[in-house]
Amino acid sequence: MTQPPDTQTPFFEFLLRHADDLLILGQRLSEWCGHAPILEEDIALSNIALDFVGQAESLLALAGEIENAGRSEDDLAYFRDEVEFRNLELVEQPNGDFATTMVRQFFFDAYAYPFYKLMAQSQHVTLSGIAAKALKEATYHLRHSRNWVLRMGDGTAESKHRAQTAVDQLWTFTGELFFQNHVDQALVEANLIPDWSSVREEWTEIVTSTLEEATLRTPENTFMAQGARLGRHSEHLGHLLAEMQILARSHPGATW
Amino acid sequence: MVSATAESIWALLQQVEDPEIPVLNVVEMGIVRDVSMEADGITVAITPTYSGCPAMDAIADNIVSHLHAQGFSQVRVKTVYAPPWTSDWITEEAREKLRDYGIAPPAKKACGASAKPWLEGPSHAGCPFCRSGNTELRSEFGSTACKALHFCNTCHQPFEHFKCI
Repeated sequence: MTQPPDTQTPFFEFLLRHADDLLILGQRLSEWCGHAPILEEDIALSNIALDFVGQAESLLALAGEIENAGRSEDDLAYFRDEVEFRNLELVEQPNGDFATTMVRQFFFDAYAYPFYKLMAQSQHVTLSGIAAKALKEATYHLRHSRNWVLRMGDGTAESKHRAQTAVDQLWTFTGELFFQNHVDQALVEANLIPDWSSVREEWTEIVTSTLEEATLRTPENTFMAQGARLGRHSEHLGHLLAEMQILARSHPGATW
Repeated sequence: MVSATAESIWALLQQVEDPEIPVLNVVEMGIVRDVSMEADGITVAITPTYSGCPAMDAIADNIVSHLHAQGFSQVRVKTVYAPPWTSDWITEEAREKLRDYGIAPPAKKACGASAKPWLEGPSHAGCPFCRSGNTELRSEFGSTACKALHFCNTCHQPFEHFKCI
């Protein structure tokens, strides 16, 4: 059943936003399995995808409890339609080449690290536990993607060109990382989550210093895409969900 | 029906092996967090090592079937997230077992303690086979989420390292 955005309880809405980021990005990364340029990266991307799907599972399970309508993490992952998803437009972008995947990853990791560092201080015991665990994983994810941005930017003419193209093309999706509305406000007022406005500053510091060190140009004055947090997604999400959900939807209720 | 104390259940849980590293049990790994004896059965609380650890379902199943086999019919396993699992919870004894099994054990805390841990350099581990310190990191990711791949320049063997987290 399709629900209009923001009419459900703020905590449920909040959890979906962040769980969906992880679920969709985990799905995108898993598309590299068997196709990465070198074996070590095939393993790395698959492991990172696994971390994300695990984090998504924990958050979706909690969301299902909060919603209290009998939906499990599997119901939420496999039986919601596109308009009910709350992930960022950034994470549903296609993988493209390795540079595009790594730049997309770096933009996300530089946000996830400060975001989960703050959420680990949440008054909600389960959320803080999930966030503290996600923080540990976000730390090595950031180390990994940042190192690749450095290597590609400050690498060959080919790698630099591809990395710069990726930065230029994905920059428009970075504004949405910091989108907040009455959902976040309600949770801060209810003392469930800390105010996470400082994440923008920390992200900007990590990203601009890294791009500079990588001898890459930081884009300026770009129009920032928005709407995905309210269920208005790009043309890519539908295709991704079709692949991700088809097995469960073909055999609803099936168990091992 | 068999009656028991929480202590005796903890002792039984020491017989449940980690599915990935069978020389270790789920208690010395710090995976079992609580045992609660209730009127309608036993509740065992476990916590995931890594968010996406695929062995957690198998561990939960193994706990249930092992306790069933010991005569306890009402067993529930629940997952808890707080406090988050840390490799510091792996006992000293378990670290020795890891080394003997050929996996370099995790360093004790101080990993991730810096202000910008994402700027840190690669981790280092001693070779579990020849104990040499002349080793290098090959990849931060290994065969499972919890392990990294290293290489020993002395005995020329690759080995896995249980990451400090």
